Amino acid sequence: MKIDDVPQDDNRTFKGYGTKAVYAVDGQGHYTKTATSGWEVEEVVLRDVLDDFDALAADAKSRALRGEASPIEFFLYRRLMDLPSLARAMGLAKWRVKRHLRPRVFNKLDTALLQQYADLFRIDLSALTHFKETTDIEPDH
Amino acid sequence: MNLITNYQHQHFAHCESGVMATLLKYRGLELSEPMVFGLSGALCFAFLPFMKFGNMPLVSYRMFPGHIVKALPKRMGISYLRKRYRNPDQAMQELDDYLEKEQLVGLQTSAYHTTYFPPEMRFQFNAHNIIIVGKEGDEYLVSDPVFDSIQRIKAADLKLARFARGLSAPRGLAHYPLEVPDPERMDRVKLIKKAIKKTVNMMLYAPVPWIGIKGINYLARRVAKLSSKGDARYTRLFLGNVVRMQEEIGTGGGGFRFMYASFLQEAFQVTGWQALHEASERMTAVGDAWRNFALACAQIVKKSSSADPDEIAPLLRQCGENERQLYKLLKSTV
Repeated sequence: MKIDDVPQDDNRTFKGYGTKAVYAVDGQGHYTKTATSGWEVEEVVLRDVLDDFDALAADAKSRALRGEASPIEFFLYRRLMDLPSLARAMGLAKWRVKRHLRPRVFNKLDTALLQQYADLFRIDLSALTHFKETTDIEPDH
Repeated sequence: MNLITNYQHQHFAHCESGVMATLLKYRGLELSEPMVFGLSGALCFAFLPFMKFGNMPLVSYRMFPGHIVKALPKRMGISYLRKRYRNPDQAMQELDDYLEKEQLVGLQTSAYHTTYFPPEMRFQFNAHNIIIVGKEGDEYLVSDPVFDSIQRIKAADLKLARFARGLSAPRGLAHYPLEVPDPERMDRVKLIKKAIKKTVNMMLYAPVPWIGIKGINYLARRVAKLSSKGDARYTRLFLGNVVRMQEEIGTGGGGFRFMYASFLQEAFQVTGWQALHEASERMTAVGDAWRNFALACAQIVKKSSSADPDEIAPLLRQCGENERQLYKLLKSTV
């Protein structure tokens, strides 16, 4: 990659977070480290996977509000995880976490375990126990 | 306030090699980031279809996280301290003690709890590397190699980030060089030779189908089969995953290939072997080819081109073939 070809596409994700360093060849053929504000290609593929998480979260949310899913499922996708990674981050077996996604099991969970989930999701315990009254949770908390 | 006197933050392409270069420089051994990357033999290609992250197979353009911190000190004969903790409070206390003594330490952290990251990037990834350079109230000053300026993180969040559970859990890892060899008496030629040999052997002759050139071809076969599955969402996410591993996560562009090309160029200046110069130029071309492949993938993801995944599989095979020729050239040199 030549220095003139280093993309400067002002990626939305990096707005306000600075630049990234990349290696590129200058006019004399020497490698140098230079800064980029992002490449559109990165943004396209990142947005694609984020949109997918958003869709999963929205679906889980509407089911949770109808009482067909537990709030854990919503936060699972809201926090960009999947079932295996949630189980590993909680230090629990996958089948146990899977059970916790069912509203009937979720309603009987004890506070200590719920608190552990809340800590991992970086939310207040009440967001899990009073999910219906809680409005949207932003991930940067 | 900054507790390390005369500390100058530097911006790097990759977190682990950046932390390593910074720590070594602080002890008086100055190596560029590409040199650190190349000497530790961190370049790789791996496609592990049986290891799933977010339901996507693992694709990696470098050795597993933690490789540089482990391999480089060993290869260079640096005595190096790597310490993990059971007790988070003790780990945080010792960090404060290090700061007090102006000892620069590298920490392994989880990106998920790294609050100064863009929220969109806070995935479950436990092998980020940072350096702590100061403390102010309940906030630490972080020299994060992939950021262009000093960042801040709350003590409680740093503790969570250092003790996140999951794959490659950091378990509080703190590391720093105890003693570095005299730069004057270092046999750089020998080190370069050894490192290149290691990388070339792995890329050409790894005895499993998932690593090196074989891995690239394996991925190409998998990509060619994507369209017959007829699952458009899976195809998009699959290709997106490959591209994200290649471009997004601190690779310096082209899946670390440009960084390695820079290493080869530096190696040429040290050894004077003409073949390394040519290899560096060819590695740059390989990186460009990888970026073309990424562009083609993004076009499919964006649905701006009607191209089929089978049409981009040949791009991958070309990358593999170019790399094979290049490693053969390197093999005949070292």
